Amino acid sequence: MKKFTLLDGLVAPLDRANVDTDAIIPKQFLKSIKRSGFGPNAFDEWRYLDHGEPGMDNSKRPLNPEFVLNQARYQGAQILLARENFGCGSSREHAPWALEDFGFCVIIAPSYADIFFNNCFKNGVLPIKLDADKVDALFKAVVAAPGYKLQIDLERQRITSPDGTVYAFDVDGHRKHCLLNGLDDIGLTLEHVSDIKSYEAKHLAAQPWL
Amino acid sequence: MSTKTLYDKLWDSHVVRQEADGTALIYIDRQLVHEVTSPQAFEGLKLAKRKPWRIASMLAVPDHNVPTANRAAGITDPISRLQVETLDANCTEYGITEFKMGDIRQGVVHVMGPEQGATLPGMTVVCGDSHTSTHGAFAALAHGIGTSEVEHVMATQCLVAKKSKSMLVKVDGKLHKGVTAKDIALAVIGKIGTAGGTGYAIEFGGEAIRALSMEGRMTLCNMAIEAGARAGMIAADDVTFTYLKGRPYAPQGAQWDQAVTYWRTLHSDADAKFDATIVLDAAQIKPQVTWGTSPEMVVDIDGYVPDPAKLSDAGKRGDMERALSYMGLQANTAITDIKIDKVFIGSCTNGRIEDMRAAATVAKGKKVAANVMLAMVVPGSGLVKLQAEQEGLDKIFIAAGFEWRDPGCSMCLAMNDDRLSAGERCASTSNRNFEGRQGQGGRTHLVSPEMAAAAAIAGHFIDVSKL
Repeated sequence: MKKFTLLDGLVAPLDRANVDTDAIIPKQFLKSIKRSGFGPNAFDEWRYLDHGEPGMDNSKRPLNPEFVLNQARYQGAQILLARENFGCGSSREHAPWALEDFGFCVIIAPSYADIFFNNCFKNGVLPIKLDADKVDALFKAVVAAPGYKLQIDLERQRITSPDGTVYAFDVDGHRKHCLLNGLDDIGLTLEHVSDIKSYEAKHLAAQPWL
Repeated sequence: MSTKTLYDKLWDSHVVRQEADGTALIYIDRQLVHEVTSPQAFEGLKLAKRKPWRIASMLAVPDHNVPTANRAAGITDPISRLQVETLDANCTEYGITEFKMGDIRQGVVHVMGPEQGATLPGMTVVCGDSHTSTHGAFAALAHGIGTSEVEHVMATQCLVAKKSKSMLVKVDGKLHKGVTAKDIALAVIGKIGTAGGTGYAIEFGGEAIRALSMEGRMTLCNMAIEAGARAGMIAADDVTFTYLKGRPYAPQGAQWDQAVTYWRTLHSDADAKFDATIVLDAAQIKPQVTWGTSPEMVVDIDGYVPDPAKLSDAGKRGDMERALSYMGLQANTAITDIKIDKVFIGSCTNGRIEDMRAAATVAKGKKVAANVMLAMVVPGSGLVKLQAEQEGLDKIFIAAGFEWRDPGCSMCLAMNDDRLSAGERCASTSNRNFEGRQGQGGRTHLVSPEMAAAAAIAGHFIDVSKL
């Protein structure tokens, strides 16, 4: 996993609650056996006017001009501003894979579904929880100012807006450490092989039917 | 001695080690595997030159991509076929038990696991699938994980996790006739919302839960994720043990007795403390029908499509207007006036033998309404299909005009050929009514198997409890 460094990124607003993982990456694209290449199909049903299937040349498909991420001013956005319960539904890790491949490194929302939230950290995507009123203020600011950027400082756990307003955010210590250093969880866990083996021996002796 | 919830007991008994900040390594007893969320995990394992830690803990089955008709022709979509073949190849390479497409034991992973006795009380169960919460019905700690975590469990037999908060959903009293576990699930989600359980592990308890069969308990825990909770669970009791006894992966002989002795401790202590408690009266629950694009958008069968004009919050009004527009519904329409085009009975929520029986009871001697262009019944596994056929349920369905299919996830998420076309309206026993879930532009109404069968016969929603 790549290291998460200081980010100064363009913000795109996705103003709807309960955005589910079926919307983020529709099921027909889950047939891929790869981890990459999902970006062109992120939000497929909202983004294009036709029906998408794997293998299509997405650059030739008709874009939905109404969909916010298709607007010229949000091209190249790296920060997705969203509403509550973002990423609800299926556990598909294809959702953060698609967002990351699309170009997003940070999501800011009042709340997330648990599995999606967890999956983001495994893929170098930082999901930030911010109070709903602060998110609301950011939505207004983004819409009002084309080219609106935010600076995300994970090390110091702060978001800085163009007018100098600073928003502090919380992040789990272990996850922060892994993101900052680009660490693989499996490698860390395997440092505890002897603990796992001794637990396993006792556990299976006590419950031999397992 | 401190009192514990069931969740406390399951968590505490699986902690391998815990850091000062609460981050823990949790040992995983059972990993279920399907074709959609595993290929990248196997690939990661190979790239890192690792092997699965405990192959005996794994059980695999293809379910999302499999066809439910004309199986002899195989999977015609080459991309779907490659995904299933990739699972087959990975399982062969590592010696993982897999029930392949032609195997009578093949089925939806969350139907297959319990049916085989592969889900046992006291276990931790994971799968790269959010509906893994289903297995909590056996007093197991079970939840969905992402593909990175699938690889992590394969490589280490552990998961990195922090303990959730605990919530008790207590359903007192008795359900009326025609009201099911599905209706409890939808009523709970309607009450607490799809994010109401976020950050919690939910235990379902109370008289109405104790009275549920294992099938009903699985339906309820299955939809804990739709309330935002990764895990749902129910205490073990004689209903649990009776269901499990004699199943292929369940303990036998002296080990069975030893196991049951332990399993009887798997309940919350009488005065255990929960972080949140929700109480419902079973007698107040009516058959439920969703009207919108989120499972929390649900009403009683004798209710009406809600009116956004009555909402003061602009954000919520916008969400409701958007949902009604997608669903093609007018505010204040009686639910029983909503006509349907298709019916889907099946899925990890409602694809078990009891669901088949319930739907067949409603369909017996009747005919699917002329305006319903397709009513399909998809058993949750080959064994469910076989059992249903031995009971003659297939003949009841076919005589009534339903299609009787082969087992798989099917139109719950429409990864195979079973899907809605744009604008089609479906009475579905599945778990998600999101935009596009059953096919782009498709309109899903979540209901119980009884309600779906009744809607197929009537051509519109109808109160099955009044039939």
